[in-house]
Amino acid sequence: MNGFPILTIMLAIPAIAAIACLFLNASAARWLALIATLVDFVLGVGLWANFDIGGPQWQFVESHEGLFGPFGWKLGIDGFALLLIMLSVFLMPICIGASWHAIQKRVPEYMAAFLLTETLMIGTFAAQDLFLFYVFFEAGLIPMYLIIGIWGGVNRLYASYKFFLYTLLGSVVMFIAMLWMAQFAGTSDIPTLLNTDFPVHAQTLLWLAFFCSFAVKMPMWPVHTWLPDAHVQAPTAGSVILAGVLLKLGGYGFLRFSLPMFPEASSTLVWLVFGLSGIAVVYTSLVALVQSDMKKLIAYSSVAHMAIVTIGLFAFNRQGIEGAMMMMLSHGLVSGALFLCVGVIYDRLHTREIDRYGGLATVMPRYAIFFLFFTMASIGLPGTAGFVAEFLSLMGTYQVSTWTALICTTGIILGAAYMLYLYRRVVFGEVKTDEVRAMKDISLREFALLAPIAAVTLWMGVYPESFMAPMRADVGTLLARIDRARPAGDSQPTAGKPVAAIDAHGGAH
Amino acid sequence: MDYLASLQMTLPEVVLSLGALALMLVSAWGGPASTKFVSWASVAVIAGAAIALTGPASYGGDAFFGLYKADAFAAFAKVLIYIAAAVSILIAPRFFAATHGDDLRPEYPVLILLSTAGMGMMVSAGDMLTLYVGLELQSLAAYVLASFMRRDQRSAEAGLKYFVLGALASGILLYGISLVYGFSGTTMFGGIANAYAGTHSMGLMFGLVFVFAGLAFKISAVPFHMWTPDVYEGAPTPVTTFFASAPKVAAVALAVRVAVEAMGPATDQWRQIVIFASLASIIFGAVAAIGQTNIKRLLAYSSINNVGFALVGLAAGTAEGVSSVLMYMTIYIAMTLGSFLVVLQMRGEDGEPVETIASLSGMSQTRPALAAALAMFMFSLAGIPPLFGFYAKFAVFNAAVQAGLFPLAVIGIAASVIGAYYYLRVIKTMYFDEPVTAFPKSGSVVEGGLIALAALFISPLGYLAIPALSLWGMTAAKALFLPL
Repeated sequence: MNGFPILTIMLAIPAIAAIACLFLNASAARWLALIATLVDFVLGVGLWANFDIGGPQWQFVESHEGLFGPFGWKLGIDGFALLLIMLSVFLMPICIGASWHAIQKRVPEYMAAFLLTETLMIGTFAAQDLFLFYVFFEAGLIPMYLIIGIWGGVNRLYASYKFFLYTLLGSVVMFIAMLWMAQFAGTSDIPTLLNTDFPVHAQTLLWLAFFCSFAVKMPMWPVHTWLPDAHVQAPTAGSVILAGVLLKLGGYGFLRFSLPMFPEASSTLVWLVFGLSGIAVVYTSLVALVQSDMKKLIAYSSVAHMAIVTIGLFAFNRQGIEGAMMMMLSHGLVSGALFLCVGVIYDRLHTREIDRYGGLATVMPRYAIFFLFFTMASIGLPGTAGFVAEFLSLMGTYQVSTWTALICTTGIILGAAYMLYLYRRVVFGEVKTDEVRAMKDISLREFALLAPIAAVTLWMGVYPESFMAPMRADVGTLLARIDRARPAGDSQPTAGKPVAAIDAHGGAH
Repeated sequence: MDYLASLQMTLPEVVLSLGALALMLVSAWGGPASTKFVSWASVAVIAGAAIALTGPASYGGDAFFGLYKADAFAAFAKVLIYIAAAVSILIAPRFFAATHGDDLRPEYPVLILLSTAGMGMMVSAGDMLTLYVGLELQSLAAYVLASFMRRDQRSAEAGLKYFVLGALASGILLYGISLVYGFSGTTMFGGIANAYAGTHSMGLMFGLVFVFAGLAFKISAVPFHMWTPDVYEGAPTPVTTFFASAPKVAAVALAVRVAVEAMGPATDQWRQIVIFASLASIIFGAVAAIGQTNIKRLLAYSSINNVGFALVGLAAGTAEGVSSVLMYMTIYIAMTLGSFLVVLQMRGEDGEPVETIASLSGMSQTRPALAAALAMFMFSLAGIPPLFGFYAKFAVFNAAVQAGLFPLAVIGIAASVIGAYYYLRVIKTMYFDEPVTAFPKSGSVVEGGLIALAALFISPLGYLAIPALSLWGMTAAKALFLPL
């Protein structure tokens, strides 16, 4: 904005630190990674502080057109990107902290992979060139593949292949669509493409091509099956980053590309999104209910929560889109925190089997409070971020499709069921075994990891305006763009017939 | 047309031929003791040819009444060929030092020089007979190189197999050329193009099919690929490095020139052949590689797979398409040379070459830098951004999409996911598996430096070279589309 390339610097710091980490020993690499991610977080705070709410749509723009031939180094953010970048830089130091003792083998490479992931995620959100976006979007596979494959659990090979090939197959089809779009519009500049009207018949194919990629990333039912495998096998911090930020790439993609670039197709195919999301909410919630592995349970709950994001996005109204965005942020924090909670007890007992625990409330009281708080946030208790998100999304959806809203609301009830059931089995009850009795309460380091997330979750629940304000204008721009294709709602609210109070009682019956 | 001007335009080939002949005499008299001198002298000759390229050889136009074309397209291809040839000479001494009984002999660099001169003729051909002479010069030298380790059974087998199948392909090609000549009355590319622009006779069509079949063999595109894995596996690794790089570029460039200059008016006809060969190569190259346990065989299938992608650009049949093929080959050369250089580092304790993929297990812990380099080459070959291999695929698929070939683009790119699987397997072996015995450090500055150079080129920094490369590639491509 004022010529200071803050986005490039935010990208460069973790990238350079990643390379430097490879030449250091374990403890130096940990410290370097922590410092680099904290510096990026501070820069992120500066980004937010200097973000001009209500100012131009694209801020902090940097443009070096043609630097890479057909595409250039073009960065810039709007409110959506700002919030997601904040989420990334906020979670990153926490991830590094979570791996402090848990990762003991090949630490420099581990830290390098995480720092690289951070660069690529920030780049994905900040890219203003279609192909630059694709490069960042796809490149994220490489460090994640290594993280799952090297530091993952027993079945890590299967999970890493599945993660990589599944998401790659989704993305390459999108790539062909991108080539066509760039050729049609004569540019790969995203702000220009956002205002390009693609022919309606082509939109459907393009939309489906993008859908292939984003639905897998999201992940939507029935292509969600890579997620539980990847989550279960990934190390704790890997799960946090996967749930916290990587899953948001799908939602961000819908928000940035599918909706504003192909409004007609989005409107025509809204049944597909609603149908898949409706199934996802009910099905994955039921699957989560019977899991015996804690991480798998939370992974399935992620799929259900992401389905709420998609229905909110495709509601074509302000509540829905803002709700979806809040859902992405709150899910990023809450499920990230839940994975951390699982990680805390996994580090002590080295099992994720729910049955092996029980009665933690007596041996780990402080831990139990944190876990309770995040469980409640996941369920969507008023006062936490989850409530704001779910309420807005469902309210937006109700205006378009009452049935979808009805089906998805059952997800909240089921969500309460599986989360409370999990909490009861792990935390309440009698302490059954000596190994559980020997577990120590959370350390200062673990407290420092969980407390900031809890604080932000509460902040988002009590005063969501801080998070809504930066994106308000962008939601408006998006709505202005897609309004012409808005599908007719089935709730059909009418103005009503105001009558005198005396008649009202009789008239209603 | 005076001969002096023509000779000036063919200066690179003149330098290579004279240099090869002179060095052959040196090696005949000097014997094995002269190996080192001949090797370095050969590299100097190649450098001399490259310098000669800066003259009229890169812009002169027609030489020898159109038999030979000195244009930007030929110059682009020749630069790649020279780089690959020089690297193949430089890496040979250390490899042969460790083989038992088969020492490096001074004929090795001389044969590479002869082959390189042949390749120069191929990419500059303006006539079917120049094409054929160049092709045979290149191939005959290559047959000998394949069986350079005379005491090694696999090497001898590779040479014989290459020779028999190569001769068959030459026959097919020659048959096609004779048909084309018979029905068009000329062997000059310009004249042939005029014939194709006129009435479509059955004879010309048959000629086209046979010519493309012969060329498909030379670029090892499916269904004429079957020699590739055996030859690549059997030939000494430096020779395999050479086969996978320089002749590949030459043959692809030759195919492009024939397709565009001689048969341009019949684009719709040959496009069907190219699309089939392209998809078949991509899919077969990917599927067949999955079960391989030998790294050289794996890379052979990978080269089949990559030729398929290069053909995607040719299928477009436009200047953008040709430029994208050149771009693809440039990046492919860096990835291939890099991968084979890493394969050269794979040695057992007493220095003998090891070729199994399993022996790479845990290399990320025993030789981290080498493993990182190979991982980069593999991700790049798979076309995963941000590595430069992604841009190669970007270029060819962009050309295909611009030409409206959507089914080809979608199927091709979807099949690239199959290819990604076996590249990932190599990375998995290096990074996820437990270490086995480490390869001893080579300590060779040349090889280490070359690996680092190739890795740097295909790293994201390579993207900075795109504007210059695409400008040059476009100039080269436009040279083929000049009005006759």
